[in-house]
Amino acid sequence: MTAATSLPVQRAAGGLRSVFLSVVERDLVLALRRRSDVLTTFFFFIIVVSLFPLGVGPEPDTLRTIAPGVVWVAALLASMLALARLFAGDYADGTLEQLALSPQPLLVLALGKILAHWLVTGVPLVLIAPVLGLQFDLPVQALLVMTLGLLLGTPVLSMIGAVGAALTLGVRGAGGLLALLVLPLYIPVLIFGAGAVSASAAGMSVNGHLSLLGAFFLIALVFAPWATATAIRIALE
Amino acid sequence: MAFRIWRFAAPQVFYPIAGKMIPWFMAVAAVLAALGLYIGFFVAPTDFQQGEAYRIIFIHVPAAWMSMFIYLVMAFWCAVGLVLNTRLSFMMALALAPTGALMTFIALWTGSLWGRPTWGTWWVWDARLTSELILLFLYIGFLSLHAAIDDVRRADKAASLLALVGAVNVPIIYFSVQWWNTLHQGASVSLTRAPSMATTMLAGMLLMALAAWAYSIAASFMRVRSIILERESDADWVRNLSEVKSP
Repeated sequence: MTAATSLPVQRAAGGLRSVFLSVVERDLVLALRRRSDVLTTFFFFIIVVSLFPLGVGPEPDTLRTIAPGVVWVAALLASMLALARLFAGDYADGTLEQLALSPQPLLVLALGKILAHWLVTGVPLVLIAPVLGLQFDLPVQALLVMTLGLLLGTPVLSMIGAVGAALTLGVRGAGGLLALLVLPLYIPVLIFGAGAVSASAAGMSVNGHLSLLGAFFLIALVFAPWATATAIRIALE
Repeated sequence: MAFRIWRFAAPQVFYPIAGKMIPWFMAVAAVLAALGLYIGFFVAPTDFQQGEAYRIIFIHVPAAWMSMFIYLVMAFWCAVGLVLNTRLSFMMALALAPTGALMTFIALWTGSLWGRPTWGTWWVWDARLTSELILLFLYIGFLSLHAAIDDVRRADKAASLLALVGAVNVPIIYFSVQWWNTLHQGASVSLTRAPSMATTMLAGMLLMALAAWAYSIAASFMRVRSIILERESDADWVRNLSEVKSP
């Protein structure tokens, strides 16, 4: 753990970008060493989506109608489930404190951790979602829109979620509390992510939906790393 | 000569002042509510579309206004607390949250009671109803986060940051829900009332809104006084208070 901890510090001289990349690299290495954590989120997503046909019934028409909402709600839940591990391990072993003490801005380090987290939990969801959409008999065009929407939307979920994860560090009953804090803030992404797929399936233009998802992405990119860094400092005080 | 407003940021200065102001605000709230309810129930004309059922507006609309306004005030005090690190700001934010949540709940509850006779349903996924429901979740999130952290300083700051994140999100959520609603063509009913509102109706509603305002101030002052006593219980000035001293 110490070798991994000192990685950002060793490269501190190399400028912000190399610090950022080394945080990403370190988190990716750690995630790949604990593959079961990543796979849990992935299979959680698949299982939640697969439960709906069993609960609602196998009518293709019904399934086609509910598919966008089901896939997106499952993505929200899966992304939230993965948040608990975003900072908790580093908080428990003191790495987070070292990161906060480093001369580099915590904002950049937090962004690196968020990116790594999205790469290991968000990207698999984006890749498997079209396959799940096929199970719901979605047309190809809608599948493409869903993938694109998830590609824009899941980073937003990771960024908003990171604020919640940092706020609930070391707090009693953090898991349930995290859901309470984060899920209401996910609602705009859900609305336009699922809306894009529905619009596409109905033959309407999806530009508006995807543009708004892009806008959410940019707003989150400006505010969320800063809020996350502030929340980490509050937790470490 | 200079009126130093910062003096009131000290809990020991604010505590007695708030105590003196509570009865006044309570009295104002009671008088205005009595007037507003009188106008609402006896003076305002019956609505030609909705009959007598519309009269719940005199509670519903002021509560809905307060629910949103209190969130803004709360977020303001959170921002002040985070920037200036003033203890009283955090206490005020914490004292406002339950009143705001109460107002949100009243708005939802009376809205549901109003919807049944006029729309024939307890709930529709209308933009305003949905965003009001989400506002309730935000209040509950703030209170839960504060309650979950034992260290008071950390709880104050963490909950304040959450309130600010929520304040940034409230307009986004509101417009998202509104556009979602128009896109889905779901509920065709709208809460928007006919523009021709009788003057007496408006007067009753404004009186009730002011009453809700005075009540909210009084209630949050009462709560903030309790929080001050709890947090400053080791301070000398608290020990010397007559209400604390007497066994």
